[in-house]
Amino acid sequence: MTPQAPQWRGQVAPGDERKEDSGISAGVRGYLIGLVLSILLTALSFSVIDSVFLWKPAIPVMLGVLAVAQMGIHLVFFLHINTGPDNTNNILALAFGVLIVAFVVAGSLWIMAHLNENMMPMDKLMDLHKQR
Amino acid sequence: MSAVAAFPDPNRLGRLDAETVADEQGPAPKRIVVGYGFWIFLLSDFIMFSAFFAAYAVLNGATADGPAGHELFDLRNVAIETVCLLLSSFTCGMASLAVSVRSPVWTQIALLATGLLGLVFVILEVAEFHTLVVAGNGPQRSAFLSAFFTLVGCHGVHVTAGGLWLGTMMAQFFFKGFNETLLRRFMCFSLFWHALDIIWVAIFTIVYLMGAFT
Repeated sequence: MTPQAPQWRGQVAPGDERKEDSGISAGVRGYLIGLVLSILLTALSFSVIDSVFLWKPAIPVMLGVLAVAQMGIHLVFFLHINTGPDNTNNILALAFGVLIVAFVVAGSLWIMAHLNENMMPMDKLMDLHKQR
Repeated sequence: MSAVAAFPDPNRLGRLDAETVADEQGPAPKRIVVGYGFWIFLLSDFIMFSAFFAAYAVLNGATADGPAGHELFDLRNVAIETVCLLLSSFTCGMASLAVSVRSPVWTQIALLATGLLGLVFVILEVAEFHTLVVAGNGPQRSAFLSAFFTLVGCHGVHVTAGGLWLGTMMAQFFFKGFNETLLRRFMCFSLFWHALDIIWVAIFTIVYLMGAFT
């Protein structure tokens, strides 16, 4: 963006655009592209759930894919987190955040889904109580 | 650094070389440091939300013989909320463009539009919560509903806090003009507002759409 974005070789603040991409019309175009794409993906998500053309078990997977795509659109067009060379630090922080999010969500689901297997069955538990 | 001069480095791969970056330029400007710090905060916020998402996913089936998601959710309402948030993200982008060209009028207009869209979102969400609670499906009904109110409510609280921040920024721009501190603060605000939109994408997909899908 214009004067407020300091040019410091090596990094750009998250949310700021590089000098090459600045200018008001380029800025408006970027946000418009982001808006159109995200509305398109949202509409697709909402229309997919009662679609009769899709194999049913594939629908949740498709919803997940559409959501991830839309998050990517938001990151690139709204937050200006992209693969540009001076965005490396922002991307690395994001990658670490995504890693932790994946650990927390997948780990919780994994553990909780298998929790019952490691528990003593209820009837055995009763027997133990009775033996006392 | 004659090697660098002899082979121009268009992708600035040499940026990791401390000699060529830090020594020549000194410390990074405050805008970059503040923006990066706020980005780290937002990522930690995502991690907090991921814990709520994990709790929701685990407790999704724990309805205690109460209603499940597909009996409760009104997708039309959710679609309107989503459109509100997407448009408010766009107007927030317009506000940051207006700030970058130092236009006080357009900044106020774009921020006002952002705030009103956010307000509509919060009103719709409160109305939805009210309908649920009045029908006896409040957070105390089942573990599923506890997790639902915690996750969606936490996002709603974030939007409300963002709205208060937005009002403050409008007043500060009006009375103080575009000074350096306010520009940095506004950059953080716009990051915050766009990040809330990302969380909402996850919420409407995982909670509402996958909940409505049977």
